[in-house]
Amino acid sequence: MNNVQYSRASDVPDAIRLLAADPGAKLIAGGTNLIDLMKENVERPSRLIDISRLPLRDVEDTADGGLRIGALVPNSDLAYHPLIEKRYPLLSSAILAGASAQLRNMASVGGNLMQRTRCAYFYDTATPCNKRSPGTGCSALDGLNRNHAILGTSKSCIATNPSDMSVALAALGALVHIAGPTGQRTIALTDFHRLPDDKPHLDTNLGSGEIITAIELPPRGFARNYSYLKIRDRLSYAFALVSVAAALELEGNAISEARLALGGVAHKPWRSLEAEAALHGQAATPDHFGRAADLLLQGATARSQNGFKIELARRAVVRTLMQAASATPQSQAHKKIA
Amino acid sequence: MNAYVGTPTSRVDGRAKVTGAAKYAGEFAADHLLHGFVVAATIPRGRIARLDTSEALKVKGVVDVLTHAHRPPLADKDDAWKDEVAPEKGSPFRPLYDDRIKFNGQPIALVVAEDWETAKFAATLVRVEYEQEAFATDLESERGKAAKVDQPHKPRGDAPAALTRAAVRLEADYVIPSEHHNPMELYATTAVWDGNGSITVYDKTQGVQNVQKFLCSVFGKKPDDIRVLSPYVGGAFGSGLRPQHQVVLATLGALALKRSVRVVLTRQQMYSLGYRPMTIEHVALGAKPDGTLDAVSHEAIAVTSRFEDFSRNDTGWAEQLYKSPNSRLSHKLVHLDVATPCDMRAPGAASGVCALECAMDELAVALKLDPIELRLKCYSDRDQSEDLPYTSKRLRECYARGAEAFGWGRRNPAPRSMRDGKELVGWGMATGVWEALQMPVAARIVLTANGHAEVSCAASDIGTGTYTIVAQVAADALGLPIDNISVRLADSTLPQAPVEGGSWMAASSAHAVLGAAEDIRQELARLAKAMPGSPLADPVNVTLVDGMIASNGAAVSIADVMRHSKVERIEKQKLNQFVEDKSYARNTHSAVFAEVKVDEELGVIRVTRVVSAVAAGRILNTKTGRSQIMGGVVWGIGMALHEETVMDHRFGRIMNANIAEYHIPVNADVHDIDVIFVDEPDERINRLGVKGLGEIGIVGVPAAIANAVYHATGKRIRRFPITLDKLID
Repeated sequence: MNNVQYSRASDVPDAIRLLAADPGAKLIAGGTNLIDLMKENVERPSRLIDISRLPLRDVEDTADGGLRIGALVPNSDLAYHPLIEKRYPLLSSAILAGASAQLRNMASVGGNLMQRTRCAYFYDTATPCNKRSPGTGCSALDGLNRNHAILGTSKSCIATNPSDMSVALAALGALVHIAGPTGQRTIALTDFHRLPDDKPHLDTNLGSGEIITAIELPPRGFARNYSYLKIRDRLSYAFALVSVAAALELEGNAISEARLALGGVAHKPWRSLEAEAALHGQAATPDHFGRAADLLLQGATARSQNGFKIELARRAVVRTLMQAASATPQSQAHKKIA
Repeated sequence: MNAYVGTPTSRVDGRAKVTGAAKYAGEFAADHLLHGFVVAATIPRGRIARLDTSEALKVKGVVDVLTHAHRPPLADKDDAWKDEVAPEKGSPFRPLYDDRIKFNGQPIALVVAEDWETAKFAATLVRVEYEQEAFATDLESERGKAAKVDQPHKPRGDAPAALTRAAVRLEADYVIPSEHHNPMELYATTAVWDGNGSITVYDKTQGVQNVQKFLCSVFGKKPDDIRVLSPYVGGAFGSGLRPQHQVVLATLGALALKRSVRVVLTRQQMYSLGYRPMTIEHVALGAKPDGTLDAVSHEAIAVTSRFEDFSRNDTGWAEQLYKSPNSRLSHKLVHLDVATPCDMRAPGAASGVCALECAMDELAVALKLDPIELRLKCYSDRDQSEDLPYTSKRLRECYARGAEAFGWGRRNPAPRSMRDGKELVGWGMATGVWEALQMPVAARIVLTANGHAEVSCAASDIGTGTYTIVAQVAADALGLPIDNISVRLADSTLPQAPVEGGSWMAASSAHAVLGAAEDIRQELARLAKAMPGSPLADPVNVTLVDGMIASNGAAVSIADVMRHSKVERIEKQKLNQFVEDKSYARNTHSAVFAEVKVDEELGVIRVTRVVSAVAAGRILNTKTGRSQIMGGVVWGIGMALHEETVMDHRFGRIMNANIAEYHIPVNADVHDIDVIFVDEPDERINRLGVKGLGEIGIVGVPAAIANAVYHATGKRIRRFPITLDKLID
């Protein structure tokens, strides 16, 4: 671990000023990922700007009937927030599928969006990795890639985004509120994370000097027909091989609205409007869900060890949609898959 | 007489452990303590061309950077580096000895600083240039280079011919990956410089006297110069049998700087220590149509380092356990550019019996026999390899009791025949076997007139409960309440003990304590007899009970005897040497039953029930004993479904060297575990009838689970761990 300078931001503009003043600086909130990466010498910030005391911890109604979630709300608080549990249980479920209780207590909502890949090569400074050291090459392409991406990959990087929360946010059509040197802006969560293309060192479209201030959930919460299913190598405390966030609105047995996002398969939460559109007006049956899964997985490619994830994702999508359709969402407390 | 032995006595050190009063190796304080941080090699083979420590030395607070070119003298001869557990053949690894790189992660420098953070930071500034050399780390691609290990084994009959003519034959490779121990406590040493050239070393180890002798020979010191203590150990599981890098490095630092030095390895650095070697277990079984075995052949091909031949008994269990007129075993090693493997819970058996018991299950399917019935058809009351009777063997009862508790009789033998909603249900079983070894151990008891006894022995308690059983045995033998017994362990100046391992310490230490207690009793009897007007003037059949010395109905309080005799303390030390009766075989056995539920579409496996019925002689403490077996079962779940040290062979580097990515079972993976101790009286093995429980709990568990997965799904997975990708193909 390097020696670092430490500053405490007094408010959001102060945080932005501090960021601008030191190009090597990083924001720190819960620190559940950044500190680990610093210990491994993967991240070597010159300065830590502590934003954990900024007043970004509110969950408030928006004018249009949605919710605005402050960037520093701890993951646990959000998962168990009465408004989230009642109106956006998909988000609650996805958060509880991730990490451990201790980590969720520390991790912030904004930090969750900023967490970096768990690719073993990214973590090991003795091996080449384009994400960590641009231009050195991707060790995973022809190496250990059992849990690497099958969608949206590039020749430079096949890393995945490890977040569970982001997958639910993508399905719910969340927005990310950002403040920066030139003012404030809002982008869709699905545009927040990037695909690796030839710049895998950039995980997100957050500009330099910018800070996440809030997440906004649109009014529609899919609180009746939803499910978050996470498939992993042990029954808890492991990153997803594949995860699925599914949300439906049903009129009788006919689907009037479908939302579907995959985790663990790409550099960002994976959504396909085409797959969702194909479900409109269809009956909630495994066949229709299978076709949607095929559309969602269009273009999936495997490397030497991760081919199984394509079929696994397909099956997981169908199962999750069936859970959602039957209003029997996957429990994150009981690991038996419904 | 037994107020404590055989009861569920709570750990005598439990309070100290949960309140933090129990100190571990990295927690001992010393004046002006320095902290060392290890710089590790990042290539698997070659030499250090240049090692530049100048930038690190400039950091404020850095005291020195020790390297092969800058260090106090280390012994040159191999023998000096051979500890009591070192493989016979080979040249042990020597940290900071020369410029050779023998495995990835090898320590190549020790940065010593006034605080740990500074040392860790400065370690990143040490610049290393290597001359890399061609290397190999992949057992499977190097399998052709396997070389046979000498085994004291005579083939029985003609196994190849019997296999050829077998009515039913099963032959398969089972692949067990390398696995790391991951004890909760990090490897740590605090080497305290005593100011006069002598050093007190607090080390995480399973054998303080082994480490003490090793350090003396490595550093050319006299026995009085170095004292090693390890009062508490937060798990070791075999990884602490041999002295590890950090104890050499901390001692080296203390000698170089004449100050106390602490070295704590990081979790990641612990993957440069020993591990359970990857093995390819080739098993062939031949049976007659009636289901009796006619041939057993077991070949193990295991990884070892280029510099030491580590091998354990993977294959002998097949020959010993089951009746078969023909058998053949062989063990081969492939030398690779990796660290030397070491013992890990039930070394050899955990892997070898896993393969054997999976193969037996496959054979049972081929013969259309119930798996228990097949095992009973070739059940042997004699050790088949030596043709000896056992001191005791209640494996038959293990099968019966385990099957009854599990409900095995309700099993539909057809694969894929049992369901619970969306999940397929599978029931599998396997046999477990381990040795019941005993080693020379000495114990000292000091009884004081206030009715208190201190028992001491150099043996380590690696979390298994040695403190507690020593206290139990002493309390019963001295007739004192257990609260009046204090136990000191794991100090090299205490009476001799070997490393704690192999499941031998319970029986060995218990009998040392028993022997010393009997000498105390005799001394008390002598004193009692000499008392004027003694009611014990002619003591026969003397017993110590409830603080009294008793004989033929008469009794005197121990305190009175000592007071009258003007004896403040009675001290007795006894070395217990077991006389090995070579006319018996000594083993523990188990029958393990597992239930899995498998979501077939998604491949997700849950181990919902395990029943382990164990026959291991007398159980000294049914509470800590049960915990031992449960721990073994949980580890067996990990071995079956999770554990694998993953290496990228292009770099010769372990890529999941942390416990986020190296998976062990978490609570969600562990459901009902039922431990049954089958009553197994054994008057031959030793006076207390004790066999030891450290290893037997894991043996057979991975196979029982793999067999249950087959029964659930119809898929036979022979490459461990059984991850879901292997099921959804």
